[in-house]
Order: sequence, then C-alpha cells, then structure tokens
Amino acid sequence: MQDYANAFVLLLNYVVVPATTYGCQLALGALGVSLIFSVLRFSNFAHGELMSFGTMITLLVTWWLQAHGLTIQPLATALLALPAGVLVTVLLSLATDRFVYRYYRIKRSDPIVLLIVSIGVMLVMSGLVRFIIGTDDRTLDDGVRFVISAKQFRDLTGLQEGLAIRATQIITIALAAVSVGLLFWFLRHTKTGKAMRAFADNEDLAGLSGISAQRVVTITWVVAATLATLAGVLYGLDKSFRPFVYQQLVLPIFAAAIVGGFGNPVGAIVGGFIVAFSEVALTYSFKRFFSYVLPADWLPDGLYQLISTDYKYAVSFVILVVVLIVRPSGFLNTRSS
Amino acid sequence: MAFLAGTEMTGGYGAIDILRSCSISAEKGQVTVIVGPNGAGKSTAMKALFGMLPVRSGSVQLDGEDITALTPQRRVEKGMSFVPQVLNVFPSMTVLENLEMGGYLRKDDIRGTIEEVLELFPALQPKRRQLAGELSGGQRQQVAVGRAMMTRPKVLMLDEPTAGVSPIVMDELFDRIIEVARTGIAVLMVEQNAKPALEIADVGYVLVQGENKFTDTGSALLANDEVRMTFLGG
Repeated sequence: MQDYANAFVLLLNYVVVPATTYGCQLALGALGVSLIFSVLRFSNFAHGELMSFGTMITLLVTWWLQAHGLTIQPLATALLALPAGVLVTVLLSLATDRFVYRYYRIKRSDPIVLLIVSIGVMLVMSGLVRFIIGTDDRTLDDGVRFVISAKQFRDLTGLQEGLAIRATQIITIALAAVSVGLLFWFLRHTKTGKAMRAFADNEDLAGLSGISAQRVVTITWVVAATLATLAGVLYGLDKSFRPFVYQQLVLPIFAAAIVGGFGNPVGAIVGGFIVAFSEVALTYSFKRFFSYVLPADWLPDGLYQLISTDYKYAVSFVILVVVLIVRPSGFLNTRSS
Repeated sequence: MAFLAGTEMTGGYGAIDILRSCSISAEKGQVTVIVGPNGAGKSTAMKALFGMLPVRSGSVQLDGEDITALTPQRRVEKGMSFVPQVLNVFPSMTVLENLEMGGYLRKDDIRGTIEEVLELFPALQPKRRQLAGELSGGQRQQVAVGRAMMTRPKVLMLDEPTAGVSPIVMDELFDRIIEVARTGIAVLMVEQNAKPALEIADVGYVLVQGENKFTDTGSALLANDEVRMTFLGG
C-alpha cells in the first residue's frame, strides 16, 4: 500500500503538477490565438512574440521596482509589474493593428495573406525584443520558492517520495482560473462580450445590427494582448524568460488551439491541457514509478522514458498532425467552416 | 411622397447595371411585395434601398429625408431594418441573445421589446435559451425577423423570408408579417412565392430585368391576366 502511495505522489510531483501548470499557461496562450482567429479570422503566428514582448516589459518594470526597493514579498515582484506589462503590450498590439493588419482588413485580404503578414510581424517583434533585452536567459521569480517542499512533505506524511509545490505553480493556476472565469463572464454576460461573439458568428449581420467592427476588433486585441502577457509572465515565473524559448512556444499553443477546435474558447483550454499532459508524460522517465508498483524482479532495465525531453516539441507536432488527419475541425468545434 | 421611396435607382455590382431606373416605395402600415422572375433584380433593389449597393443615379428617401449617401448602419439608426435571405441569425447564440444583439444600438431598456417579439412569435417562447443554430428553418426565420424588430423599426425589409420553409410555416410567417404591418410599420419584402405573397400584399411590384413592369395592389396584380400568364404560371 505504501508503495502505491509513493508511486502516486511521484506521478503527482513529476507529471500532474508540472503539466497542470504548463497546461494553464498554454491554455491562456491558446485562448488569445483562438480569439484572434474567430474575430479577425486569421492565425496570428506573432502571438508567441506578443507573449515575449509582454514578459520583457514586465521584467524591465520588475527591475525598476526592485531597484527602488518596491517588492511585495513573499510574492514575486513581477506580479506587481504585470499591469504595466499588460498596458504596454496592449498598446503595441493596437499599434500593430492600426499600421499593419487594418490595411489588409479593409482590403478584405484572404486569411492566408494575413497569416503571412503575421509571420512578418512575428519577425519584427522578435527582433525588437532581442534588440531591447538580448537573448539571455533571465529569471523573473524573486518570491518565496515553495509552498510546500519535498522534505516538508516527506516529514509530514512519512512517505519516501516528496511532493514539492512551488509558489509560482499555485500563482499560475490561480491567476489562470480567475482570468478564464472573467473572460467567460465577459463573453457571456456583457453587452460588449456578446457583440464580440455576434461579430465572430456573423460579421455581416453584426453590421446590420449596428455593431461597430472597429470597436470589436479593438477590444479583441486588448483581450488577446492581456492574455498573451499573462501567459508569458506566468511561464517566465514558472521557468525563466528566454526569447528563443518563447518563439518556440507558439507551436504547442497552436497545437492546443487546433486540437480544441479553432475559435472555441473551451476547446482552447482543453487543448492546452491535452498538449501539456502529453508533452510531460511522454518525456517523463517512468523507471522509479515502476520500481514501486512492480515486483522487484519484474523491474525492467532502462529509463522507461518514451522520448527524450529534447524532442518535447515533436509531441505538439505529432498531436497536431494526428488531429488534422483524424478530425481537422478539432474535437470541440461547433462551427462548420 | 411615400414613407420610404427609392426613385429611379440605377446601379449594379460592376460595370453592368442590374437596376435600371427602378422605383420602389413603401407606405407605413402596408405590406409591399416585390416579385419577378429570377435575375430580375428583386434582391438588388432591396439592397439599393438599404445602402448595401451603391446607386449610380436616383435617390432613396426616408420620411422626406434624402438618405441616398448613408451607410446601412446609419440607416439602421434612422429606423430601417433588414432581414437577409440567408445567414440571418447568430447561430452559436441563444434566441434571447440574438434578440439582444438586434437591439444593440438602443440605449434604453429592451426587455419590453423582447417580450413583445416573443408574444408575436409564441413558438420561440419555450426556445428562448436554445441556440439559434439548432432551431428549425421556420423558427430560425422567426428569430431573424424578431432580431430585426428589436430596433423598433419604422421600415422592415425582408429578403425572401419564406425561402426553404414548408407551406404551412410560410402561411404562419405571412400572418405574422401582416400583424407587424398592422402596428404601423412599413413592410417591404422580396418573394419567390409570388402568388401567396401577392395575396397579402397591399402593393405589389413586378420587376423584369431591373425595370418596373407592373405596379398595382396585390389583388389587382393577381387578377391581371398578363401578370398571371407570364409570372405566376397561369
């Protein structure tokens, strides 16, 4: 019995908790991508860079706050800097829309043209981020590290395996839950949120009802940039901020959005968790787990790790390809197009 | 001058004019129907009246005011409402939300109007929380008309409201449309089902190749041998 408890805690510690945290971060990113897709009707590949930019601004403000001794211990200072990061990122995305995307929207360009434009925006933004802050790995987290450490847990339960829960993991899950809750409330119960859904549903009829396209587009960018900054900062707090890694994050985020069915907010969240759990579980070595649940002489050689962590992005690709072959419209899609 | 009057409208989508000096008007409290063969420019005339198609010459007047240059959105604010033939509801929103979106521009309380619309279309009453995309064709058309009614329009324009619904549902819809007109709204509709539409029409227009061919009361047009032989199939 003790062995099974140990095995369970082991999985919690190395798979469930990290994957849940990562899933929250992906879900926030995928929600932004999904929102842009349903309202503006294109795949925004610059979303990863928007996360990167928001995190960078938050980091710069964090440094400034730290230099002036303004901290909110035991919480990370970055949380105090987050609103500033959100604000600047919103302004950047509105400027991008005004000077880049709006031109193609008025021309009623194909979604594929807008997708290519977004790749251009991605390159410019990634250059901007590297130009301002460089390519190094930076730490955002300066708060208390653990809510409960592995040693405390072991002392508490008497098990061999420890369960460590970091403060950033709790913050990620809590902030993600609150912001998703707010987003859904906004979309379902406010007039503006409903107008956004109406616009996404039937653009022409929204126009005939007097809903202003420009207003809906502006609000969409505000929400998407806020979600992107939040996702970026939470990822940075949990791991670290490195522009190169953020550029790659766009892959699992798109995989999440597509798995859940593009344009469906619930799907984006579910997709985020599917991708996160697959990535973590497939790159985890189950050797210790089996040492608890199998008799000693059954224990296999090797690490029992399905793929090396170096290939974790391949997991997103495989999920993406499988979904596109089996169910191209995603698992939770209600729209026919 | 009629309440809504399009006078000698000429225009089309490209170089070719679809409407040629076409005049259509609608009066408050009356049902006006535009009929004609396929490609006669019935829907185009409707779009021209609503500002969705630029007219090269001619004018559109609403209650004596020249609105020729206004966008469709501005015309909605002026009291015109349009129900497109297809894609006329928000499918992933509930019936209630569809109605709310219809009243998007209104600053006052719209709950009273929602109740009025639901009284007009009692079939929607039990479906108010259901998604519009899950309703039957006839009910969806009712939602579409209801959405357009939410601005409390003075002119209600319907582009083939009975396309694709069964004859029973069609009669039901026509009854509702007459009720709407009796509340003092000018109803203008394009209809493929010419015979039943002309039966309820106070005024009927027969368009052929973008021009006015016959204009008369609905019953006079039905009694007109030439109209019957040529357009109503005997």
